[in-house]
Formats: sequence, C-alpha cells, structure tokens
Amino acid sequence: MIRVIEIKEYYRPKSVEEAYEKLINVDGAEIIGSGAFMRLSSRKINLAIDLQDAGLSYIKLENNEIKIGGATTLGDIEKNEIIKESFNGELIKALQIIWSVQLRNIATIGGTVFPRLGFSDLITVLLVLDTDVVLYNNGRMPLEVFLEEKIRKDILMELIIKNKDRKLSFQYMRNSFYDFSILNAAVSVDEGGDFKIAIGARPAVAKLAKEAMEYLKENENIKEAAKIAAEEMTYGSNIKGSKEYREMIAPVLVRRGLEEVLK
Amino acid sequence: MKISITINNVKREIEISPSEFLLDVLRRLDYMSVKKGCDTGTCGVCTVLMDGKPVLSCSVLAASADGHEITTIEGLENDPEFKAISTALLEEGADQCGFCSPGLILNVYAMKKELKNPTEEDMKKYLVGNLCRCTGYVPQMRAIKKYFEVKA
Repeated sequence: MIRVIEIKEYYRPKSVEEAYEKLINVDGAEIIGSGAFMRLSSRKINLAIDLQDAGLSYIKLENNEIKIGGATTLGDIEKNEIIKESFNGELIKALQIIWSVQLRNIATIGGTVFPRLGFSDLITVLLVLDTDVVLYNNGRMPLEVFLEEKIRKDILMELIIKNKDRKLSFQYMRNSFYDFSILNAAVSVDEGGDFKIAIGARPAVAKLAKEAMEYLKENENIKEAAKIAAEEMTYGSNIKGSKEYREMIAPVLVRRGLEEVLK
Repeated sequence: MKISITINNVKREIEISPSEFLLDVLRRLDYMSVKKGCDTGTCGVCTVLMDGKPVLSCSVLAASADGHEITTIEGLENDPEFKAISTALLEEGADQCGFCSPGLILNVYAMKKELKNPTEEDMKKYLVGNLCRCTGYVPQMRAIKKYFEVKA
C-alpha cells in the first residue's frame, strides 16, 4: 500500500511553550514526535512540529520517581543506567523487543504513548508501573486516565514512573520475534503485595484488569486471577489474530506473568 | 526549505520539501549505497548513521536531520572496521545480491562501537531489523561472529 505523507511546513521550536503556541494557533498543526510511526498511514499535516530541540530529552531519578522527557528516544531509554537497574531488568527487556535498534533510535516515548497506539508493548508495561503523564496544558494525570481521555491538542512533556521497586513481568505472543504482538500482558507487584495487571494489543490499547487486581487483594489463586483478568477485557480481530484467539491466550499470558513476579 | 546536513564529514546545504524523508534526499544526492526497500521502517536496507547511531533513513524526515551528521557506506570507504566487516562477509559468502549489505554493514559497525563482547544472541537482537532475502542469515552470522572474534 502506498502511503502519502504531505507536510506543508516544518517547525522545530526551542521550547515547549513555543511548540504549544503553534499547536493551538495553527490549523492542522501536529506534534510529529520523531516521525518514526508516520509511515504507518497516509497523513496530511499543515505544520509538523518537531520537539527535538525543546529540552524534553532526559532521564532522571528524583525522590524514587523515574522522570523521562517526552522527546527521549526509546534507544536512549534502553541504554540508560537508571532504567537498567530498575524493575529487575524487565523494563529493558520490554524495550528491546520493540521493532529494531534503528527504529528505537528514532522513536520517542512521547510519540509512542501520546497516540495511544493499540499495538504498543510499552504502554502495557507502563500501565503496571504506576506511571503518570505530564501534559503541557492538561497537567499531570495517571497514564490510565490519559488513555481514557480524548486529549488531542496537547504536548506530552514527561512520563513519571513512581515506584521503581515494583517487580515486573512482561509477556507477549507473536508470530515471530520481529513483529508486533498479537496480544501482550504485563504484571507487577510491590513489596506490600499490591498487584497490577494490564492486557494490550487486544488490538485496542492496553487497559488495567481492575477486577483481577481487586481479587488478588484477598485471594492467592493465580489461575483464577488470570481468568478474571482475561474475562474483564474486550477483544477484537485484525490481521494479526482473531478475537477468539486473543480470548484464549489472554489468561495464559497473565498467569505466566503472575507466576514470574511471584518467583 | 533549506537544511544543513553533514554527510560523510562534508557539510551540505540542501533544498528539500518538508514532506521528504532522509532516504529520498540521500539518494537524490547520489548516495546510492542507501537502498530503498520496504519504505515503511521494516527491512533496514536504508540504514544510515545519524550522529553515530543507526537509524532508518526512510523514517526520518529530512527536515529532522537538519544540523545532524549522517554517515553512509560511502563515508566509511577508508575505515579499517568497514574493510574488516566487508571482508568477513565476502569470505563467508554472506552477501549474494548485496542489496541488504550496506545497511547490515552500518549496523554491525554501530554494534561494534556499542557492545563490547556481544554474544550470538546479542548480535541477533541488534541485527533483527536487517532483513536479507538471499542468505537465510547463516553465513551472515558466521561472518559477523568471525569479525567480532578477530577484532574483539
């Protein structure tokens, strides 16, 4: 399929303020992130706003919170020592299976999260890591809330991963290693035994399995929790897999995730 | 619009359209080692180094490359590492049609700078985005392991 990208003007602001001013006031203006996922569909953009010089490329640890600037590339994140040392190395593993080294050197975390891409593995993982997003206009909010909101004209300035000590497991099913996930699931648990479970690529964007998370507060039956998590989600069919197939593999991925964090 | 890119250590002022991707601009400027394959960010034949890091030139807007340093295979002609990688590939029969070779060589070149003693698994993960339709990857892996053993 031939995809046509039409960009009338390109703008590289020196600050987020400048970027937001153009985003709001120019009809058809869009933040392009890195442009890495631009090839997925045909697009017409009147003003492409590139954030590479807006001071949003950083990773820092402050008060047990990992702060990642929205324009930070996935490649820089996976090589970062703070990230390497967090979440028993599982966050790195989840990053390293995203497409290719060459793409991760272009793709930014803001460009991955802001469009709420359904096939995203990273959003599923971030959901179970107590992640907040910080938007220029709408402020700070939990990632879970952001995914439900219909915010379009804003700039993702920062992601904040709150508790870096959660134990994490990321599970996925793919036709081959170098592919998008047919379905993915992430599970995390903190020292107090508080579980978080998310299922993504359904093919809709990832969502927390709240009933299963609630169930695990009072119960220890992992198989039952995985079943509850799988059943509280809705699934669909696309080129990667059918609704029925996704329904069948969902409890398996969640169970494997729960078993791994409980090891 | 006009952009300024340093390509293979030569600074160039280039007139581009904001819709153009780096791949098309490089080929227009006769850097023909940079191949156009899938044009959707999958096959890796358009790989170039941007500020030393491997990127897919089909997925980088030319405007986004303004002010950056780009390296193509043409720029590595006299680099001993380039010679060592390409010799290993030739000796192991690891390139047949050669279409994927420039992208693969640039990614191996970058991997050498980034990973000190990669395992075979590390190599496979790093090179997953360089597709080859001729070799089945076996001679390529043989060549790359040979290159790392010799150079490590």
